[in-house]
Amino acid sequence: MSVAQAGITRALGELDSGRLNVGQRLAIKYFSVAVVLFAAQILFGLLAGLQYLLPQFGYNHLDFSVTRMVHINAMIVWMLYGFIGAIYWLVEDEAGTELVGARLGNLAFWVLTVAVTVVVVVYLVVQTGAGRIESIWFINEGREYIEAPRWADIGIVACVLVFFYNIAATFMRGRWSGISGVLVLDLVALAGLYVVGMFYTANVSVDQYWWWWVIHMWVEATWEVLVGCIMAWGLMQTLGARRKIVTTWLYIEVALMFGSGILGLGHHYFWIGTPEYWFTIGGFFSALEPIPLVAMVVHAVYDSGVHRFKTANHPALAWLIAHAFGNFFGAGVWGFMHTLPQINLYTHGTQWTSSHGHLAFFGAYATINIAVFYIALQKWRGNVDMGARLIDKGWKWKWAFALLNGGVVGMTVALLVAGYEQSFIERALHGSTWAAYFEAQRSTWFVQGMFWRQVFGYVTAAGLVLLIWDLLTIGRHETRLAEPPHEATQAAA
Amino acid sequence: MNDTPSEPPPATPWWASEDAWRKIAIWVTAVMFVVLIGLTFDSIPKITAGSARVPAYEVINQRIYYRFSQERKLPVPVIGDAAPLFGTPLSAADAQALVSHGKLTFQAKNCMNCHTILGNGAYFAPDLTKSWLDPAWAGESAREGLMERFLLDPTTNARGYGTTRRMPNLGLTIDEARAVIAFLKWTSAIDTNGFPRNFTPIVQEGDR
Repeated sequence: MSVAQAGITRALGELDSGRLNVGQRLAIKYFSVAVVLFAAQILFGLLAGLQYLLPQFGYNHLDFSVTRMVHINAMIVWMLYGFIGAIYWLVEDEAGTELVGARLGNLAFWVLTVAVTVVVVVYLVVQTGAGRIESIWFINEGREYIEAPRWADIGIVACVLVFFYNIAATFMRGRWSGISGVLVLDLVALAGLYVVGMFYTANVSVDQYWWWWVIHMWVEATWEVLVGCIMAWGLMQTLGARRKIVTTWLYIEVALMFGSGILGLGHHYFWIGTPEYWFTIGGFFSALEPIPLVAMVVHAVYDSGVHRFKTANHPALAWLIAHAFGNFFGAGVWGFMHTLPQINLYTHGTQWTSSHGHLAFFGAYATINIAVFYIALQKWRGNVDMGARLIDKGWKWKWAFALLNGGVVGMTVALLVAGYEQSFIERALHGSTWAAYFEAQRSTWFVQGMFWRQVFGYVTAAGLVLLIWDLLTIGRHETRLAEPPHEATQAAA
Repeated sequence: MNDTPSEPPPATPWWASEDAWRKIAIWVTAVMFVVLIGLTFDSIPKITAGSARVPAYEVINQRIYYRFSQERKLPVPVIGDAAPLFGTPLSAADAQALVSHGKLTFQAKNCMNCHTILGNGAYFAPDLTKSWLDPAWAGESAREGLMERFLLDPTTNARGYGTTRRMPNLGLTIDEARAVIAFLKWTSAIDTNGFPRNFTPIVQEGDR
């Protein structure tokens, strides 16, 4: 045991948790599981992508429905783990006091992690159940993104309530700030919305009406505000941006995000049976949804410029900038492209959506979680310099950054080509029947699109391997301490 | 630059003030949320089963077809003469129970992670919104039998249209397969505002 331990210490260098506060030690646990689930997401994404090229692969054993479900569920859960970790990481510094209810928080982490593991094992081993309510309670709810069976839903809500108690109580005992105020109110909405998805109805229209309350209000509203809070804090951490500036921007983003995103929900109500007035409401407000994302780009780039990109944590700042642009292009531009009903009639439920989904989830959420991982690692390593003077010139993080971003952008473009082809052949030309669907799936450009998506999937996977290697080793032999970020001199003028 | 510390800093204009934006954020969020609640109160009755847009479950006893509406400029569902599913007319309660069994099966078998329904789900297999009316089922008289046989053994009765993609065998019982067909027949009568675009339905003997 001691030999193995010594070997690990030699390979990875020293990681001293004594440098971290209680919340941060808990955060490290959440980050670790997040990275494991990130790897699972990519692995099952590769399997699902391969099944487009080789439909016999896994047939009747590990079908596309299973690989794809694990792919998207691992994604949702690792992002939530990253967010929860990020908030535990910043809460004590932000509140100026020690975490309240740390033991309960630790217990909730283990309960949640065991529950997630059981859910995934059941997905892979049991897969499906009989057409009875018990299947929905114990195997699979069968509703995209929130497939977790009902027992796990209840467990998730309980663990999130513990998390909420930890955070809100810590701020109440310590001090409040603009960031923490927005954060806590956003968490109330985020947790409350999940409960809206926890019911069964035979009516598929009513089902999808509330299902979108969870999915849309998470990824296009409350998650966006949550990462806005993390971004505000991240810019203060990496650049030394002034609190007053980031807080004002955060309020602007909240106003624009909820101002467009809440009624932007209507763009999911064009075709599910809901009345035609949603065309106008959903089309108009969802078309405004990119505006707050423009604000985030302006704000991040402006702050970085004012501080002359001076930071002791290059990878973290790079991923924060990648977040600003990825969020704008993935969620903003790629969403806007097919949000108007006149276009969405042709594109809804085609590979357009998966093109948008890949760039948006990565650009908006994977990026900022990775940025927080780097901020955390810097402190865990003893606040060493991770700026321009990295020992190996930082080739690992730079290549991981290039491969991950390049891989996802490549998949996005390949899927968009396939999506164009599908909406043209299936919808515009051949009358949206099963025969029309397969006509599109067989078409040359569609098949080529799926091939290149797989190639760029491997590029993404290579980037992830490198990222994990870098996260484990960055700063291990570094002894120079990071200079604290300094106030911008020209910001006042 | 040469900052002269003696000059007082210019006052922050209202549009750049933290306080103003906090208030705007709160008010905008509250107003939007209240509007959404109001719209939800209007929408839910309009998509409750038995409304004009989402039919009662008993429509599985009748023929469903589409007619182009000149007024709305899109095809709209029409409920026609008696055409009971599997030849047996069902009471309202029995029809609801059958559709619900089909919906439960649809969820428990994870259909949505290959197919889309109402356009939502995964894109590995065709949309199921109007699958009851798809020309894939040859003709009206053969349809129910073909659908049932397909669902019970999709490996043998594969419908890949020149691809090698096949639906996996999900071990459906006859009751589950029939319930899924009832659920899909009912779904095909939902008014989806013309989605999927330009859908070409099966030719049914009773259509006019």
